[in-house]
Amino acid sequence: MQTNCAIELRNIRKTFGSIVANDEINLQINRGEILCLLGENGSGKTTLMNMLSGIYQPDSGEIFKDGEQVAIRSPKDAYALGIGMIHQHYHLVDVFTAAQNIILGLENEKMDLGAVNDKVKEICERYGFNVDPKKKIYDMSVSQKQTIEIVKVLYRGSEILILDEPTAVLTPQETEKLFAVLRNMKKDNKAIVLITHKLAEVLAVSDKVAILRKGKYIGTVETKDATAQSLTDMMVGRAVTLNIDRPIYDNVFDKMIIEGLTVVDNEGITKLDNVSFTAKTGEILGVAGIAGSGQRELLESLTGLYPIKSGSIKFIDGPTQIELVGKTPMQIRQIGVGMGFVPEDRLGMGLVGSMGMTGNMMLRSWKNGKSIFFNKKTPEGLAKKVWQDLEVVTPSTDFPVRRMSGGNIQKVLVGREIASRPPVLLTAYAVRGLDINTSYAIYNLLTEQKMHGSAVIYVGEELDVLLQLCDRILVLCGGKVSGIVDARTTTKEQIGLLMTSVGGSEGGAE
Amino acid sequence: MKEKNKTPLIRLAKRVKTDMMSPRKVWAIRIGSIVFAFILGMIPIIMAGQNPFQSYGIIISGALSKPGYIRQTVKRAIPLLGVALAIAPCFKMKFWNIGAEGQITMGAIFASAIAIWFQNSLPAFPLLMLMMLAGILGGAIWAFIPGFFKAKYNTNETLFTLMMNYIAIGIVRWLQGGPWEGRPGTQIIPMFSDKARLPNVFGIYCGWIIVLIMVVVVHVYMNYTKQGYEVAVIGDSENTARYAGMNVGWIMMRTMLLSGSICGIVGWMLVSGANGTLNADVAGGVGFTAITVAWLSQLNSFAMIIIASMLAIIGKGSATLQTKLGVPASVADIVSGILLFCMLGCEFFINYKLIFRKKADKEVHA
Repeated sequence: MQTNCAIELRNIRKTFGSIVANDEINLQINRGEILCLLGENGSGKTTLMNMLSGIYQPDSGEIFKDGEQVAIRSPKDAYALGIGMIHQHYHLVDVFTAAQNIILGLENEKMDLGAVNDKVKEICERYGFNVDPKKKIYDMSVSQKQTIEIVKVLYRGSEILILDEPTAVLTPQETEKLFAVLRNMKKDNKAIVLITHKLAEVLAVSDKVAILRKGKYIGTVETKDATAQSLTDMMVGRAVTLNIDRPIYDNVFDKMIIEGLTVVDNEGITKLDNVSFTAKTGEILGVAGIAGSGQRELLESLTGLYPIKSGSIKFIDGPTQIELVGKTPMQIRQIGVGMGFVPEDRLGMGLVGSMGMTGNMMLRSWKNGKSIFFNKKTPEGLAKKVWQDLEVVTPSTDFPVRRMSGGNIQKVLVGREIASRPPVLLTAYAVRGLDINTSYAIYNLLTEQKMHGSAVIYVGEELDVLLQLCDRILVLCGGKVSGIVDARTTTKEQIGLLMTSVGGSEGGAE
Repeated sequence: MKEKNKTPLIRLAKRVKTDMMSPRKVWAIRIGSIVFAFILGMIPIIMAGQNPFQSYGIIISGALSKPGYIRQTVKRAIPLLGVALAIAPCFKMKFWNIGAEGQITMGAIFASAIAIWFQNSLPAFPLLMLMMLAGILGGAIWAFIPGFFKAKYNTNETLFTLMMNYIAIGIVRWLQGGPWEGRPGTQIIPMFSDKARLPNVFGIYCGWIIVLIMVVVVHVYMNYTKQGYEVAVIGDSENTARYAGMNVGWIMMRTMLLSGSICGIVGWMLVSGANGTLNADVAGGVGFTAITVAWLSQLNSFAMIIIASMLAIIGKGSATLQTKLGVPASVADIVSGILLFCMLGCEFFINYKLIFRKKADKEVHA
């Protein structure tokens, strides 16, 4: 009997300690369909799919493939059942060619690269990929690497493909290409599962949407009956407004002037190439770019954490200009340049995971005073204030921040950095991994800082948000500034083009 | 396919967030592990042909029943506690200093040099103080070298500090057989004069007072000073420390200087108090056993007093067991090894839990 249903999950439950990642989930994955698995961070999407790809085993519940019960104990079992997953982080050997990577791990495969190349070409033609099997991985862009991962799965004969947040690292143009490929696969009667939390994509590409919330299965809806608003409401569990306020501050002047900034990492690779721009008071300057285009290096050089090869960073304090290049972070603080910095890696760089809120507030004030003992009173007071003002959920100000949820961790970090009302506030991926409510709370805090006259620099990944939140957007491409645009008049497509080509000339992006 | 359809029999899961055990349960497991260790330890004792209960009784009474025994036990505990205090700041910083052995030895060499050169020309108090300062200098130099290379060139501190141990011990061997040798051919350095010996308080050299003072000092340093805060932040994340404006390299070197200095003090106390002379076995493994003390007490200075005493009791008790019942020393070592293994191993069950395959799983495939 030819059935449409490829995989059925019944009452799947998975716990990590006392945390229920998946609670009695039922799900059907059909052939010839693109199913989006939608949910906020931490809602259990990836966990659920990892049980299909053999990385985890469910605590209870059953998995059926074509109506027959199966147990998937390892990724090998998953492949044998025709299930292939493309993870967020790629598993490719840099110095191998595409073809070598594709057959890697296949035990019964003869090392006949000619035949492999032919088969890879055949797969590419069928679905519309553009892959050169002889190209080495280190010569490839992120989207090409992703393509290799997909081909790898198809080469193993998978009929059920699971893609975990595949568009996070892609430009809008690359995303469109990927979706075209997915549609071709759908026509070929493959079953496709797309894990995502981006609503626009869900609406653009999927046939059905299954929604998870806090580990629970909420329901599956036909995409044609859904809207961004209805999906958000299901995802969050109540009605949410999706607008970001963007007031105009009327006393705008230059706060930081960056000229010809060039930095080189310790392997000699140029990470920022002649970057020049101005950050202004009462303005949110967005920074867009594909992941790894120099965003991290830019913020770290501004704060004195990254060695600078050439260029100048001037901080304007009334009539005086202070040159920051060549100063350590401590020197920058001690000459009175107020800079708040919310780094990308919260626990790895911005906070001390094993300490409570008080110990973390102290990171900014520990050196104050001449005594050899630290002052605990002031940070403790600040911790209590942040705890209340930002509604941080924690049992006490001594509870280790590592054990808080992602959203609360970020509130502690942002709360500390804006506490001193710094004239310059730098943020990197400030809402990554946060639920919708916390994200909007953070956007509001940043806008509040801007309306207090801070120069805010916001490095972001979601173009929709950048366009709604920022006043101007600086686009980085391969460490170079490819354009600075007015966020109120620019479109997503224009930014997409700038992200892939310096100068942003029409058709510059492939 | 039947084989394949089973989930593994036992799986491990790390306890996270809300899943942590209550402190009561944690202590129950720790005490349970000690009881379990005593039961397990009976096997080698029985195999050696002895009554395990009598043997355990001798271990306890042999360490604590007479003032003389107690003095011996305290003497064992002093260096253990001192060195555990010394390595605590390093371990808090996640700088794996396993070179305490060498740092003690270097401190002992420097202190001995002062004793040998000046014991006839200086009065007792200045001589002892000078010996202490020399001991601090010796330990600090020996710790600073790996600290410097780690800070500047990111060398592996574990290997580096370990290798430094062998060099220090080698230097003592050379001194014993060469420049400082007493009667030619003995390979022994003569005992110091009384002026270079630490005075006794309650029948034990006064090192016990010094280490108890150090317990308080280290506790305050780690928990209330800016430097202690810096150490804790680096231990959590070096990047966070740089972000907060800390000079990570310098702090590493400074902490190693501190650690080496305390080891040097212990080295001084061993030659000046416990032994009265220098020999290649001056550290005698204390630098390694102290790592166990530091870990078991989770770097808490006051808990170190208890753990160091416990290990000293087992050590002294086993020695008595050997002389009284003729149980081979190796059996006593096995028993204390079992005890340490169980105490360290139980931390695993506090941090992880085992999940057994469910019965329901089997029924489906039956």
